[in-house]
Amino acid sequence: MLSRTADHLYWMARYTERAENVARMLDVNFRMSLLPQTPEQIEQGWGAVLGVNGLQDAYRELHGTVTPEKVVRYMVFDRDNPSSIYSCLLASRENIRAVRGSVTSEMWEMQNSTWLEFRALDPEKVLGSDIGEMFEWVRHRSHLSRGVTVGTMLQDEDFRFIRLGSFLERADNTARILDVKYQAIELGAKEGDAASEYYQWSALLRSVSGFAAYRKVYRDLITPRRVAELLVLRADMPRSLARSMKEVYTNLTQVANRQSGETERRAGELYTSLRFGRIEDIFDVGLHDYLTAFLGKTDDLGDRIAQDFLVPVLAD
Amino acid sequence: MAGGFFNEMVDSDGVVRSHYARFAEWLQDTPSERVARKRAEADTLFHRVGITFAVYGEEEGTERLIPFDIVPRILPAAEWNALSAGLRQRVKTLNLFLHDIYHGQEILKAGRVPADHVLKNAQYRPEMQGLDVPNGIYAHVAGVDIVRAGQGEFYVLEDNLRVPSGVSYMLEDRKMMMRLFPELFARYSVAPVEHYPDMLLDSLLSISPKGVADPVVVVLTPGAYNSAYFEHAFLAQQMGVELVEGQDLFVRSDVVYMRTTQGPRRVDVIYRRVDDDFLDPLVFRKDSKLGVPGLLSAYRSGNVTLCNAIGTGVADDKSIYPYVPEMVRFYLGEEPLLNNVPTYMLRKPDDLKYVQAHLPELVVKEVHGSGGYGMLIGPASSKAQIEDFRKRIEAAPEKYIAQPTLSLSACPTFVESGVAPRHIDLRPFVLSGREINMVPGGLTRVALSEGSLVVNSSQGGGTKDTWVLEN
Repeated sequence: MLSRTADHLYWMARYTERAENVARMLDVNFRMSLLPQTPEQIEQGWGAVLGVNGLQDAYRELHGTVTPEKVVRYMVFDRDNPSSIYSCLLASRENIRAVRGSVTSEMWEMQNSTWLEFRALDPEKVLGSDIGEMFEWVRHRSHLSRGVTVGTMLQDEDFRFIRLGSFLERADNTARILDVKYQAIELGAKEGDAASEYYQWSALLRSVSGFAAYRKVYRDLITPRRVAELLVLRADMPRSLARSMKEVYTNLTQVANRQSGETERRAGELYTSLRFGRIEDIFDVGLHDYLTAFLGKTDDLGDRIAQDFLVPVLAD
Repeated sequence: MAGGFFNEMVDSDGVVRSHYARFAEWLQDTPSERVARKRAEADTLFHRVGITFAVYGEEEGTERLIPFDIVPRILPAAEWNALSAGLRQRVKTLNLFLHDIYHGQEILKAGRVPADHVLKNAQYRPEMQGLDVPNGIYAHVAGVDIVRAGQGEFYVLEDNLRVPSGVSYMLEDRKMMMRLFPELFARYSVAPVEHYPDMLLDSLLSISPKGVADPVVVVLTPGAYNSAYFEHAFLAQQMGVELVEGQDLFVRSDVVYMRTTQGPRRVDVIYRRVDDDFLDPLVFRKDSKLGVPGLLSAYRSGNVTLCNAIGTGVADDKSIYPYVPEMVRFYLGEEPLLNNVPTYMLRKPDDLKYVQAHLPELVVKEVHGSGGYGMLIGPASSKAQIEDFRKRIEAAPEKYIAQPTLSLSACPTFVESGVAPRHIDLRPFVLSGREINMVPGGLTRVALSEGSLVVNSSQGGGTKDTWVLEN
């Protein structure tokens, strides 16, 4: 397949996944804001959404103080914010439009409708009343995007690059969500409010559709260590790092070319370390440090994938 | 519904023509709410499917629809048969002409076409002189614009031999009609058009460089922001070939390759939808980012076939157009089957004088213009517009031609006030490979404003499904 086509499909998938994860995070904060919270907690929660996306400085420059309404507007509708849902959905749509002939018509129509429907939204109306509904809609469109891809597309190279994009982005996003939220909850925990802590942890789980999974796997109280284990090491948990990296590795092996050996090896190494890792060892290092290192590795994989496959280089 | 033009549906006595009778019945029997609902559905579908064109300068992520009208343009088999025979003759002639002027130039030597019209034309490409192209075919895809005037006679308005577009709308319009109104296709036996991409692929495969067993065909597009991008993507997908941009290709040792995730892959046939000027920055426009450096050299070496060939524009130029009937006689020894519109060449003093005296009745066009830009439609223009054009003509008469204003035929069309006749044209697509092929019909374009004669989509024109009836 054309390198450029692979590039567009890969980024289409990454932006769709990113839009979904932004919506998930905003949704969790929105739900938590319905619970009794101190002003510090509120600010902390919404600030964390910006932190996950590395947007604190850009946001403060534009809007100053962190308020739920301003953050939501910034993360949903702001056209100049490259991580806003608006920007992600537009980027996703423009990427698929550039290669619409390479995907099934159902995929293109689905992705195009997503954009057309989103663009038709009235921000004031959405922010005023049905913001939760909108987050759910974004999630549903992302589910639909995955479903129509798996359900209609020939499982060729094109398909592999889409999957590669989805799972690399998901690994990155889950790691960020876990990192930022974990730090936040730990901070709050010092105040010793057990009930609040419980809600924080369950909100984190819900943001990655992991609440029911946690109950099923552990049949016990929610503890930080187990939450981390579920989201990092459990390969049967669809949004965990282990699962995402397993998919990244598998899909990479299926598109391998003459120069991609090292990339494959690094992906395999990362996956294996998760596959056979122990949460105790991770906590010995410290979760934050561990996740920071992990994000460094996924960034490196992203660069290497671009180099090996996506950037049109003159190779024999 | 008189008014000085040929009405496709109703004769001069107001009687519905026989080939429209069943449609007229259907329209009468169908509740208007249903029709309105279906028309809205068509809009939604076209948007969702993205059958749109990008308008330069508009915001990213927004494209416009080309309005689709649900009243089909119906042609009886006999009319189409006569028309298609004329199209074959004309396209065959134009390819012979191109071969001739890039080889022995017999027609110029015989004085049947003025040599300086050809050789000094900006569209004449000296790079093509003496080059042999597969099967001697230059214009593999031609989109010949046909209008009906007077009592319904067909005229050729323009031969588009460079990168004619619109065929995707022809195909999507049919799909849409069948989806919206399947019952109509039970009443009519309409000749299918859906096999066009297969025919196109077959033509492209037939012109691959000699000795290539399993040729790799690609469609070359200027990119997603080109107004006809939808069509490029559509045709590539329908033919199952790669859609490439210039940046995806490179030339090494006069061989063209595309950059793939598995390394370079050789390309044999390029259906290019990029104009000559932008194809190769080493030879043509240096600032072109759409082309492929070295492409012309690879082409001249016979390692890749371009479709259409370079330099076809010299045969569809408005200054050459008046000579096409003469070409038919010269190359085929036949009388032309299709009429040309009488054309005044303003470079000729007598013609200029006549045109200056009759501006308000005439259509004046720029010789090198297209897309309905840079033209004057005398009867529809204000005095000021006419005077403005007069000055432009006087400044550079050689840049213009003039033609009588044809009263184009009209077809009933849904407009705000109901159903009313609107002027139409027809663009059949003629494919030349081993043989000449076309699907019955073509793209019917309709000028949606009352009285307007400009059907171009860039000027607010719409399209209709075109039905050629089977006997």
